[in-house]
Amino acid sequence: MEAVVIAVVVVAVVLFFVSTYNRLVTLRQRVKEAWADIDVQLKRRHDLIPNLVETVKGYATHESTVFQNVTQARAAAVAAGATASPQERAQAENVLTGALRSVFAVAENYPQLQAVQEFKDLSENLTATEDKIAFARRFYNGNVRDYNTSLQTFPTNLFADAFGFKPEEYFELAEAGEREAPQVKF
Amino acid sequence: MASAPSPARVSIYDAAAANRVRTAVLLVSFVFIVVVLAYFVGEYLAGGSGVAIVPIAFLIAVGSAWVSYFAGDKLILAQSRARELGPDEEKVLRDITETLAVGLGVPAPRLYVIEDSAPNAFATGRDPAHASLVVTRGLLQKMDRTELEGVLAHELSHVGNRDIRVMLLVTVLVGTVALIADMAWRAMFWGGGSRGRDRDRGGGGAILAIVALVLLVISPIIAQLIQLAVSRQREYLADASGALLTRYPPGLASALRKIAADTEVLEAANKATASLYIANPLKDAPAFFDHLFDTHPPIEERIRRLEAMG
Repeated sequence: MEAVVIAVVVVAVVLFFVSTYNRLVTLRQRVKEAWADIDVQLKRRHDLIPNLVETVKGYATHESTVFQNVTQARAAAVAAGATASPQERAQAENVLTGALRSVFAVAENYPQLQAVQEFKDLSENLTATEDKIAFARRFYNGNVRDYNTSLQTFPTNLFADAFGFKPEEYFELAEAGEREAPQVKF
Repeated sequence: MASAPSPARVSIYDAAAANRVRTAVLLVSFVFIVVVLAYFVGEYLAGGSGVAIVPIAFLIAVGSAWVSYFAGDKLILAQSRARELGPDEEKVLRDITETLAVGLGVPAPRLYVIEDSAPNAFATGRDPAHASLVVTRGLLQKMDRTELEGVLAHELSHVGNRDIRVMLLVTVLVGTVALIADMAWRAMFWGGGSRGRDRDRGGGGAILAIVALVLLVISPIIAQLIQLAVSRQREYLADASGALLTRYPPGLASALRKIAADTEVLEAANKATASLYIANPLKDAPAFFDHLFDTHPPIEERIRRLEAMG
């Protein structure tokens, strides 16, 4: 009789650990997938920038520092893409966003440029890509929150570290005018 | 900010898990119902061949479930006279769809348009990788950008939640069961009188008992299937997760108001496909039977809830 009780307890404990472990693996995998989505959009943004710089350069010949800044910022962002953590990447992307803004500010001064179809297409594509980055970031951060919350709630927090589960970093971009999350009630 | 916990965050993964169970229940009950119906029809109406008919009925049921699962969306798209949009058509629609899809972590669905001026939309498909999003010409013409975003976010939430698979199967399978049940029902009254007398178990009392028995077995299952279809919670959930996605509940609220105020009937919709749409496309006062399949809560209540989100 005692043996049965012990066996039941052991099985229950093993099942608990197996299911918790698998759940954490699933959640971590979702974070990775969401990160891949961000990565795709950031790469797309990096690919669009050289063309934009070339197009604007053709009209705004006296603004070399602006172009240097954006080219450097892009190079730094691409380099960060290879190895850096989400936080470091976000920093590099923020610098790039600032540099891009000054390119568009320069472009404002050249009315002929505004009429060029290629410039219009490029800025539309960039805007669309930045929208997608914002949405990909939100999805990623949502998954990070789910994963981190699981790690930090009792009793998982007691052994998650021992199994090698580490909290993931959020991806935070400096963005003006981000819409607030609405209150959802059921 | 994104890192701050939003209240009652609805994970698409939870909804998706619940819908996987629903899909399994739906498929098993469908096969079961068809086999039971066939058995009774064979046993008491075709002269005691009930057992012989079971394997055939089973094969037919599994076959039609298979077809519904893999080709049901094509049937629905064809029936709705939806045309797939080319990569360069309706740029704004495609941009919004792709962006919102990124926000839900699902692949961008294929886009279709119905050339009809009644504003409406639906999504279908067996999973997010095989999803189709359909809008009417009227939706594109009558909605502004935030309204269109609201509608598309609602439909994409159905995709992300895997509602589309359940709704697809309900539409095709419950339609089929209703058809078979209807045929069996008629056959019993029609065949019961003449054939039943020839048999020792025949007679009016026995026939009625059998009918009662069949109804007893079938009706709770049918009720369960309808329950799956009539998930008002699913529409509220899609409204809410759509609003979470766009961060702008008034967009969808305003779109719903416009759709409700529009009196045009969507010609390509019918009773079977009506429940797929974001709002009832038929515009008729629903008869009692339609109410059973009415998956949409009152539009005023949906608008009220969206406005409460603020």
